[in-house]
Amino acid sequence: MLRTGRPRRRTSRTGVDWFLTFLRVALLTLVIVGLLAFIWQEIDTDNPFARWANPDATGLTGAQFRGLIVSGVAQGCMYGLIALGYSMVYGVLGFINFAHGEVFMVGAMTGMITSNKLADAGLWESNFIGSLVFIVVVSMIVCTLTAVVMERVAYRPLRGSPRLIPLITSIGVSFFIQNASIVLLGPAAKAYPDVPDWVKDKHTFMQIEGARILVVVVAAVSMAVLWYLVEHTKGGKAMRAVAEDAEIAALMGINVNRTIVRVFAVGGAMAGLAGILWGILFRSVIHTTGFLPGIKAFSAAVVGGIGHLGGAMAGGITIGVAESVGPLLILEPLGVSGVSQLRDAVAFAVLIGVLLLRPAGIFGERLPAEDRT
Amino acid sequence: MTAVMPPGTATAAAAAPVPPAPTRPVLARDWRRLARMAAVGAVAQIFIALSNMPVRLDERVVVKPVLSLGYLTLLIVPFAAGHRVGHQIKREGTPVHAAGAHEVAGGAACGALAAGGLSLLAVLLANFDLREPLVNWSPMLAELLAFGNSTSFAVVIWLLIGAAVGASGGLMRLLGPRTRRAAVTIAITVAGVAVMEPLVVDLAEGMGLEALTDRLYARRGGLEWVSALVLAAVAGILAVLGRGRLREARNRIAVQEGAKRTRTNFGLILLTGAALVILPLFAGKLTNELLANVGLFVLLALGLNIVVGLAGILDLGYVAFFAVGSYTAAVLTAATSPRIHPEMPWLVALIFVVVITGLVGLFIGAPVIRMRGDYLAIVTLGFGEIIRLLFLSDWLSGTFGGSQGITKIPGAGIFGLTSVAGTDPRRVFYLVLAFCAIAIYVSWRLERSRLGRAWMAVREDETVAEAMGINTVNVKLLAFVVGAILGSFSGAIFSAKVGSVFPNSFLILVSIVILVVVIFGGMGSIVGVIAGSAVLIGVLGGPKQPGLLAEFSEFKLLIYGALLIWMMLARPEGLIPSVRRSRELHQEEMAQDAWLKGQVEDDTANGDTATAPAT
Repeated sequence: MLRTGRPRRRTSRTGVDWFLTFLRVALLTLVIVGLLAFIWQEIDTDNPFARWANPDATGLTGAQFRGLIVSGVAQGCMYGLIALGYSMVYGVLGFINFAHGEVFMVGAMTGMITSNKLADAGLWESNFIGSLVFIVVVSMIVCTLTAVVMERVAYRPLRGSPRLIPLITSIGVSFFIQNASIVLLGPAAKAYPDVPDWVKDKHTFMQIEGARILVVVVAAVSMAVLWYLVEHTKGGKAMRAVAEDAEIAALMGINVNRTIVRVFAVGGAMAGLAGILWGILFRSVIHTTGFLPGIKAFSAAVVGGIGHLGGAMAGGITIGVAESVGPLLILEPLGVSGVSQLRDAVAFAVLIGVLLLRPAGIFGERLPAEDRT
Repeated sequence: MTAVMPPGTATAAAAAPVPPAPTRPVLARDWRRLARMAAVGAVAQIFIALSNMPVRLDERVVVKPVLSLGYLTLLIVPFAAGHRVGHQIKREGTPVHAAGAHEVAGGAACGALAAGGLSLLAVLLANFDLREPLVNWSPMLAELLAFGNSTSFAVVIWLLIGAAVGASGGLMRLLGPRTRRAAVTIAITVAGVAVMEPLVVDLAEGMGLEALTDRLYARRGGLEWVSALVLAAVAGILAVLGRGRLREARNRIAVQEGAKRTRTNFGLILLTGAALVILPLFAGKLTNELLANVGLFVLLALGLNIVVGLAGILDLGYVAFFAVGSYTAAVLTAATSPRIHPEMPWLVALIFVVVITGLVGLFIGAPVIRMRGDYLAIVTLGFGEIIRLLFLSDWLSGTFGGSQGITKIPGAGIFGLTSVAGTDPRRVFYLVLAFCAIAIYVSWRLERSRLGRAWMAVREDETVAEAMGINTVNVKLLAFVVGAILGSFSGAIFSAKVGSVFPNSFLILVSIVILVVVIFGGMGSIVGVIAGSAVLIGVLGGPKQPGLLAEFSEFKLLIYGALLIWMMLARPEGLIPSVRRSRELHQEEMAQDAWLKGQVEDDTANGDTATAPAT
């Protein structure tokens, strides 16, 4: 049995423990049986085991499989970028900034507005890269401001209160931003302007769309920059110190408030970047855009081990791939119909599964002792 | 006056030190504070104007012909800014200056600057076209802002209005406590009667008092200005005469103990119950529909109150139980249910509903119960969404109808005596009332039971509770199951009332709305939760159900979000707090008070309270 990463408090096992063990075993069995059925089905579609599991199994072609993996990785990179914000804020303040997904949505909306204005002016077509850099910068600035204002208005007055209170407040903030977007910008989905062919079309290189390559490259670069910022600059050192112990950090002469604002700003900027990437990839944005990616990004942060920068990215890719491949890989061979509708459910199931099997995430958590209860 | 710090103002105080002068000339102000207040007010004004609230609500008249709800939403901001700018934090050691003319001057300046946001907006509206991203950037808004005149008129008039309203906000600080209370009573009465117009008209018709309402309300909605004045006068007189007595009576009840208190409570409950039984007989369809909706949310909120309020588990997927209850009842009673259609009587189905929802509660609860609070919140949210997605999926559409849902659900039959369906809101209301009574009784008994005390102990400190010999896992799991079952009642009634269930009735936002209701009313307080759902669901409306202010339906979720933030910042214990919960939340302040009074000799009390964030 996998270790749960937490020392046993009781020696006797209660009913809940048995139930949890049962759930873990059931989950693993489901995954293993599904995978086996899939492999059988790939080897030979008429295999009796595969037939038994799902009478109309078809299997996947290599190209389909590669397409799923690539789209999962690209989506996962975006989740990873959003997850960085969750992870950093959780590391420093010890609460889930539920509204972080809405910052991402604000980024996507800002990108939509700016790019449409640029398209009206004709700059979008004539100088695509330049306009892209421009909308990224604008969106990062707007998102940074949103995150900082959010911290100042809603979270700073609540510092030091019972931990559920800032969480409830952040739910309120999330709800507010979503509905503010409805009343200001209207409830309909809004489109990004058309992108050049090299972004849309599949390239000869492994038949991948340019947009997906772009997403992965941008995510990798920004990840590297962030890693440098956190690990090798004075401000980053202050962030890590505050995450370790805010009081001691304050005693060492670190301005805790400024550091926390900086954490929110960096998280916001990353979310803004992710918002633009989302816009380029899906070219449509609506007020609920932030909700599910936000939850999934939080799952990614947990899966990777909260407080871990690399973990957030790895978790993001894990979640992205799992939700794109999982339904077809595990559920379809088991005879579940209409599996693509269940991709969100699969993403949540991954979160629940990870918390059941390994609550500290893949790489373990980096949290101050008092938050590890 | 002791040094009570409202929560949330502590850091504001640190950021903006109160000037030390005890008495001040009119123009000596804390200009930074004023500028900040005005900037916040101006942004709020522009946001409200661009959210289309004024235009949409302009149709709803409060006092005919001077004031519509649309203008009211614009006037509230400068008033609040003008009032707030004179706010002083009373703390030991900082001198408090007396209120004087400077309050009015400051209020006027702040109000004018805040309303200046609208002046700016009027100019922008006239010169730019931003209709592309901002859907409400319309000539209608410009017209509303300018009262039908030119742009320059709008600029001047809003500065003037802002100054006047802000000054009156500042003036509120000059009034004595009794006068202020009377003024607030008058405002609330007039606004309340205007808002409750459909309700009052409906009730008056039932009792044959049309003459009264004809006189009170103008034909196309809103109070007549004469009747508004009369109402204000009556409310004022009543406030001056009766206010002290009401408070006295309340205090008298509060100090009663033991059997006497129980008897008074019993009497009060009996009176309320009788009123609720008799009232619907006179009320029309609209009132009963409204009451039934409120009742459904009271049921849900009472269930969530046990989970969040008593046991302190933040369950964001509470809608899952509502959904399971609805779907179970629908599948068991409806003949049109796709796969299984036993067509049971509703009451028999209810037994299955309770059993199944209890099991689902156990199933969802068991894996999450060991997680820390915030993970638990997200995971329950995930479960809530998974359950909706399962009901929606093609995979289970053979049983639950997928996105088509289950329709033509028969009403709830009670022992063959009567059938309750959505076509008769009065019967629905009585059914809801009966279940509310059960839920209230259950909550009330549980709160005072060994289990309830265990819940509260777990809420306050899980480790200590465990050390005291409470089996925290089982106790929390029980809270989950009890909450689930109360929610499932609401679901079963909901499916019988509406006659159909669709996955889209069970979005996550339903959970959030219930959470807002519980938090607004007061976590852990039964009366608070009931009052919370009456005010929020009754006036603003539920996720899909219209309230008294049907015009607000576009904005109610926005308001719910803002309310949630504001409640957490300003009054986390809720409207009608439970005594224990508010003590818990204000522990530090109480310790501080006690320390200042010299009741606590130990210096550590001071050390504990001095953990304000470093600035």
